[in-house]
Amino acid sequence: MLVPTFTWGAVMHWLRTLQAYPAFLRISLLSNLQYRASGAIWMIGSILEPVVYLTVWSTVARSQGGSVGGYTPEEFAAYYMTLLLVNHLTFTWVMHEFQYRVQYGHFSFALLRPIHPIHEDIALNLSFKAVQLAVILPALILLGLAFHPRFDLDPLSVALFLPALAMGFLLRFLFEWTLAMAAFWTTRVTAINQSYFSVQMLLSGRVAPISLLPSWVAAAAGFLPFYYASGFPVEVALGRLSTDQVLRGFGIQLVWITVAAAVISLVWRRSARKFTAVGS
Amino acid sequence: MNALRLLVVYFRIGLLGEAQYRVNFLFQLFETGLGMASVLAAIWVVFSQTDTLGGWKPAELTALIGIYFIVLGSINVMVAPSLQKFMEDIVTGNFDYTLTKPADAQVLVSLSEVRIWRLADVLLGAVALVVSIVRESMVVGWVEGGKFLLALLAGAVMVYSFWIVLATLAFWFIRVENILQIFWAMYTAGRWPVGIYPGWLKWTLTLVVPVAFAVTVPAEAVSGRASGTSLLGALGLACVLFAFSRWFWRVGIRKYAGASS
Repeated sequence: MLVPTFTWGAVMHWLRTLQAYPAFLRISLLSNLQYRASGAIWMIGSILEPVVYLTVWSTVARSQGGSVGGYTPEEFAAYYMTLLLVNHLTFTWVMHEFQYRVQYGHFSFALLRPIHPIHEDIALNLSFKAVQLAVILPALILLGLAFHPRFDLDPLSVALFLPALAMGFLLRFLFEWTLAMAAFWTTRVTAINQSYFSVQMLLSGRVAPISLLPSWVAAAAGFLPFYYASGFPVEVALGRLSTDQVLRGFGIQLVWITVAAAVISLVWRRSARKFTAVGS
Repeated sequence: MNALRLLVVYFRIGLLGEAQYRVNFLFQLFETGLGMASVLAAIWVVFSQTDTLGGWKPAELTALIGIYFIVLGSINVMVAPSLQKFMEDIVTGNFDYTLTKPADAQVLVSLSEVRIWRLADVLLGAVALVVSIVRESMVVGWVEGGKFLLALLAGAVMVYSFWIVLATLAFWFIRVENILQIFWAMYTAGRWPVGIYPGWLKWTLTLVVPVAFAVTVPAEAVSGRASGTSLLGALGLACVLFAFSRWFWRVGIRKYAGASS
């Protein structure tokens, strides 16, 4: 079960689960290292997207006399460079992959193991990101040279950034894993995925920092989960939020993590029963 | 002419094959509609803060989005699925069967697969384009219309040639599907006029991946800001790229030794 309950049995179960991580990480790290180049190609899109919106908003800021919504071009550069890093560390591809796992019966193997398959997914995701940082970090340096970002970092913001990022990762992972389970019931997952990505794009802070969105859209983004996995950690790092806003954000992150974990543990058993392996 | 006849035949086969799954068209319309809505929402957010973006008015940008989807759909109806299949065929060895057929292999691999429902992209793109033109009562006369069609043709030829070059690489390398990913990543940058990008990106999108010619130049033609010389340049470049891709394909196919061991 994913929602921890504090009995001795549960604690032992969690410890045993954590013991599997080093092995998962080692295996997935090796397989990711094998396909470095193809992985690097997938990074082009992740790097280009923030560059595009950074350019768009810098153009707007300049035409509005130097700043728009409290951001100068240099501050947009800081925002989108941090977002590039955060989005790289929090994105998942499970929603694309589940369709094939069900279609080709890959779940048959995962179900035989005495451990919830989400743990292997988390390990795979972490090790892919660690390997691809070799592309992301040089890209960030080059972008820094090209766009002259202005960072006003203070130690407290940076310290708060780490838990915000970690919870953002967990939130997005659990949330997308939940949605991905729809593949057990329908073959039309691309329609669901497209709906999710369209909303996520706008409300996560990728199209614009959410303070630039029209007020009712920004209000919606303020309690939905999307922003708390991308824009929120970025704004925490850049010190753009008040203490109240940061605390409230952590609270909302925790609420959504709990909701998603509860949904996964409730739905997983039913969906595994729903799954009928394809093939001989 | 032979190529055109083959195009019609393959298109009909594809249509018949996919007509069994008509509901897919509705789903494709839904997905494309959502994709377009999300792009238009981004434009709406930007124009809630400004009146023009790098000299482009809102209606001109939505016209550009229309063209973006028209080109996207055109690639996805035939070129992308066919060449993707070609690359798989190189790996599996099925390409040998294509070579035995008495028609030009490049024509055959460019037509082999039809995703007819991706015409939904073209349809919605055309709607966006027409609505933008009508709402802004842009004057699109014969001259602009003709320039637009020429620009679109040049862009289409360049994109096709680019895909042929990428696909031809499959004769030397195996995992080329990943290289195609470069095209898709770069193409999304075409949702905004390339003129706003910093120089290095603008030139990449113009000369390396022909996004500028496929989307921005036709959109400039519609809004009446494309000069005759830039159009002639686009047409000339299209011819050069097409000739190059044809030559490159021939080099590749001469190198191909078949899949049998």
